Amino acid sequence: MARRVAIVGTGQTDHRSHRPDVNGREMIYEAVKRALDDCQLSIHDIDAIIIGNMDHFESINYVDTWSVEGSGAVMKPIMKVTTGGTTGASVAIAAYYHVASGFFDKVLAIGWEKNSESDTTAAIITCSDPVWDRAFYSGAIPSLATEASAYMKQYGATQEDAARVAVRDRTNALSNPHAHLRKPITIEDVMASPMLAYPIKLLDVCPRTDGAAAVVFAADGVAQKIAPKPAWIRACAARHTYSWFGDVDYNAGLLSLQRASKEAYQRAGIREPADEIDVAELYLPYSYAGLKWIEDLGFCGPGEGPGFIRDGHTDMGGKIPVNPSGGVISTNCIGATALLRVAEAAMQVMGKAGQRQVPDVEVALATGFGGCFWSDVLILGKARP
Amino acid sequence: MTVNLNQVESLTLQGQIAVPYTWWVGRVGSRFLIALRDEAKIIGNRCNRCNTVYVPPRGNCGSCFEDIDQFVEVSNEGVVSAYTVVRFKYPLQPVDTPFAYALIHLDGADVSLAHIIKADLDKLKNGVRVRALFKERSERTGHILDIDSFQII
Ligand SMILES: [Zn+2]
Repeated sequence: MARRVAIVGTGQTDHRSHRPDVNGREMIYEAVKRALDDCQLSIHDIDAIIIGNMDHFESINYVDTWSVEGSGAVMKPIMKVTTGGTTGASVAIAAYYHVASGFFDKVLAIGWEKNSESDTTAAIITCSDPVWDRAFYSGAIPSLATEASAYMKQYGATQEDAARVAVRDRTNALSNPHAHLRKPITIEDVMASPMLAYPIKLLDVCPRTDGAAAVVFAADGVAQKIAPKPAWIRACAARHTYSWFGDVDYNAGLLSLQRASKEAYQRAGIREPADEIDVAELYLPYSYAGLKWIEDLGFCGPGEGPGFIRDGHTDMGGKIPVNPSGGVISTNCIGATALLRVAEAAMQVMGKAGQRQVPDVEVALATGFGGCFWSDVLILGKARP
Repeated sequence: MTVNLNQVESLTLQGQIAVPYTWWVGRVGSRFLIALRDEAKIIGNRCNRCNTVYVPPRGNCGSCFEDIDQFVEVSNEGVVSAYTVVRFKYPLQPVDTPFAYALIHLDGADVSLAHIIKADLDKLKNGVRVRALFKERSERTGHILDIDSFQII
């Protein structure tokens, strides 16, 4: 039987397009120090560390060993977890497993990336099969453009509908001092931005960011002594589906997110997600995901995403605020991105989200997205499960 | 239909990954490289908690997990603490063979600096004293090889 586990502390850097003042190791150290300060622990209290990024973004293969000075893993167990865009959620889930297993009481999860150090697309395409997919459909844009086009055709969604999602997230980022892009934009700005690949325009997609995040997980009995109001892990689930871009059914919705969220809801006893979840930090790498994937998460029915957004249900003060932090469209330090979703969700549950706090959060949802349409889902709650 | 693999030519796909990288050295490491470039000096930094002097300097002490802010100049001389003479050729080697990869324990430092020795390889042994040979000022770019090599004294 798994032990109950809670998040007791979070830390993140001030995310920027470039961090010339620190190398990767020193940037990791900043996030770890902030997470330890947040829960008033010393590195010596930490029993094990899980770290993740994407190797090709910095050309550093053994981040688990290379980073120990910054991660605090000197003479501790440390493990690297790399699952593409989902990496940050996967390190969180792996840290959860470590504590839930009973082998470790306090585990630190770290995600980071220095996207300014490489050619992001050249690095990303190494995720896909070199013989079949790499030359034609790899990188972030082609498959997402296909998904967006299919969705628009199926339900009559418009580019303006998607732009509304980008504007929401970028507006929310104004309340997050850590966010990378903190300049307000309008629907007109999104529509006027350069077309990358129909229907995706420059302001529909996430930036490239340098940043790191760290989250401390602790076991039942230990957690309550560290944090008066820890964020309990109610459920987590991961679904990694295809490795061929041509195998994806682009008309069926994001299958991995449908399946992962269904499992997580069942474990957490959630029947009506939009009513029972108070805030969601979703890995939405581009605006169209904010229309379609909330349907896959069951916030609304198929094709109802644009109306759900237009009616303000996902705005601050709405039925289920999405991405109070500004989300991925405002900050994307890839290996840290999904862990930031978990950290931000935990901060909401713990009442530590400052200016971007949603009032009275009992249940928060965090997701990760990556690779070839993969999804990770975590549900956090104020009540001990 | 079953495929008899003996009758199928096994094809390969030739490829090369060309991803350019620009690694930020960071403010602490940059200070070290700038001292090499501009002053032909080697600096380290000292952890105030455990007193370890690190060369090259770094942002925090891995053991104490505390910031390090005290820079110290160490000597351009020290002793060889380990070495191996390299005879095989390989494109990523910094210079032509033969040369030695060596760890240099500089006077005033508590850890060794990894570098190369190019001359008098027959005189190499652990404990032998060496001195940093800097490139000419005009050739120094803020790189660890602004120290051309270490020379046996
Ligand atoms: Zn120290």
